[in-house]
Amino acid sequence: MSLRVQGVDVTIAGHQVLTDVDVSIAPGELLALVGPNGAGKTTLLNVLAGDLEPRAGSVELDGRPVAGIRVRDLARRRAVLPQEQRLAFGFRVIDVVRMGRSPWTGTAAEDRDDEVVAAAMDRTDVIHLAERIYPTLSGGEKSRTSLARVISQATEIVLLDEPTAALDIRHSEQVLTEARRLARAGHAVVAVLHDLSIAAAHADRICVLADGRVRADGPPSEVMRPDLLAEVYGHPVDVITHRDRLVVIPHTIDDALPEEAPCVPTP
Amino acid sequence: MTLTTPRPSAPAGATEPRLPRTRVARSSALFGVLLVAGAVLTVVAAGRGQLEIPADEVLGSILHRLGLDLGPMPTHPQGDAALWQVRFPRVAMALVVGASLAAAGALMQGVFGNPLAEPAVVGVSAGAAFAAGIVIVYQLTFAGEWTIAIFAFAGGLVTTLLVYVMSRADGRTEVVTLVLTGIAINAVCSAGLAFLLFIGDTQAREEIVFWQLGSLNGTRWQYVWVAAPIAAVGLVGAVLLARKLDILSLGDRAARHVGLDVERVRIGAIVLVALLTAAGVAFAGIVAFVGLVVPHVVRMIVGPGHRVLVPASALAGAVLLLGADLVARTAVDTADLPIGMITSLVGGPFFFWLLRRTRRTAGGWS
Repeated sequence: MSLRVQGVDVTIAGHQVLTDVDVSIAPGELLALVGPNGAGKTTLLNVLAGDLEPRAGSVELDGRPVAGIRVRDLARRRAVLPQEQRLAFGFRVIDVVRMGRSPWTGTAAEDRDDEVVAAAMDRTDVIHLAERIYPTLSGGEKSRTSLARVISQATEIVLLDEPTAALDIRHSEQVLTEARRLARAGHAVVAVLHDLSIAAAHADRICVLADGRVRADGPPSEVMRPDLLAEVYGHPVDVITHRDRLVVIPHTIDDALPEEAPCVPTP
Repeated sequence: MTLTTPRPSAPAGATEPRLPRTRVARSSALFGVLLVAGAVLTVVAAGRGQLEIPADEVLGSILHRLGLDLGPMPTHPQGDAALWQVRFPRVAMALVVGASLAAAGALMQGVFGNPLAEPAVVGVSAGAAFAAGIVIVYQLTFAGEWTIAIFAFAGGLVTTLLVYVMSRADGRTEVVTLVLTGIAINAVCSAGLAFLLFIGDTQAREEIVFWQLGSLNGTRWQYVWVAAPIAAVGLVGAVLLARKLDILSLGDRAARHVGLDVERVRIGAIVLVALLTAAGVAFAGIVAFVGLVVPHVVRMIVGPGHRVLVPASALAGAVLLLGADLVARTAVDTADLPIGMITSLVGGPFFFWLLRRTRRTAGGWS
């Protein structure tokens, strides 16, 4: 299995969002897409998902153009966790997770629906929410439910768009651990991440995007360099090693902040 | 490459996670109650009117028609004729119209991902009525009784497509846009109907006025034999589409990610909405809010899953309209009130309440 993007240019509303991007993903690997706001991370993920057709370049799954693969067939090979989680009606959590099984309706895999759904919900820590109504959940619970849906789809390729955006420390560690476990089990996992320390701790490979171009692509130890990150983000950072993890710490902006009156009068 | 199965991470000895069971009992109970209510109401409604026929005689008459020599026949000399030529066609039409409109509402809400979509609110009923009005004024009869249904279908299809195209932005339909689009479409269709009223002769005028109000008065079997098959096709299609409508509630993109051919489902649903609306409007006129109130109440009872929602709404809509028609023709002595008036009287405030509630919940306006 290989999903490959080559020489991709994407223009959205006359604005060049991606320029000559080459990325390939392979089974057994967790690839993190990082970069400043507006660098084109989500756009690249949409291109990989087959949602967006590039103006130039190719997106190929095992050598076949993704645009030519039928929606149903593609859904059996790649799952996508969207950034925004909406649901038009008040389905229960269990019903939402089951929707992830729909590409397998009418196949032999359908027989294992319950088993797969239960496992996915257990792994994302939402099994106790099964009877809850999805729109009434908190942001974090919604993300985890959506992740359970994505996992239950049981695809070789898993694309995650900011899976940790609404999550607290414990749950974002859980989600990334889960992503890593999927990679270990032979899936190809791509995650758009904002937090560089989280990316460095969990990803096998990090792809840094800036202004719609790939600025660096390699293992965390090669990519997480203070000079590169400072240049890409336009802000100085320190990269330190703590318990074998790379930790990225941005410098504080030291310009003398104006002395503000305290909001609460000091006694 | 081999696909890996997610395995529970729980340590050995831990119990397998249990999945909650589906709400089969609740749905079955609802279907049971509705079926009984429908049967009882059919017998009661057929008996009520200027010529009162007791329930046992109505039942006896039905059984005799079925070839069973059970129960008493209507004692009044005109009783049996009144039942089979006037009452039963009207009862049947009420059931067909109610089922069609409620199912059309459920389908439309699923397609728009918006609980406020309803054929009359968004102007589809008005579009179908306008097209049907053309048939009345120009006395078109190229397809017999079917002419009016064909026109109603065409009018409904065009307006549904218009609403769909005009109210959609970024793959979603916002509540405000949908309601405002409905106002615009209703305005244009009302203008069309007004024009038809203007150019029509007295008889056509009277017919069109009753159309706008919605009425089952003067229903004949010929009409039922046209509306019922259309409704049946629409209902079967709607039930077949139900599972896909569930997936659609994830939103266009996520639905595509799990393998749904979103555009095909949409087009299919729009054609079905037009079919069902045509069946509801062609002979009964504009009966508003059935498609709004019924699916909403059903959703509260059995949840939003369309596989239950669509058939349960159809059944509940049939029962509701039968009841409404009974009120329409018996509330005031010697007067046959327009049924559309009754449903709007109840549906209008309900719509308002729904609007307030939707606004309060997160994302209601978006």
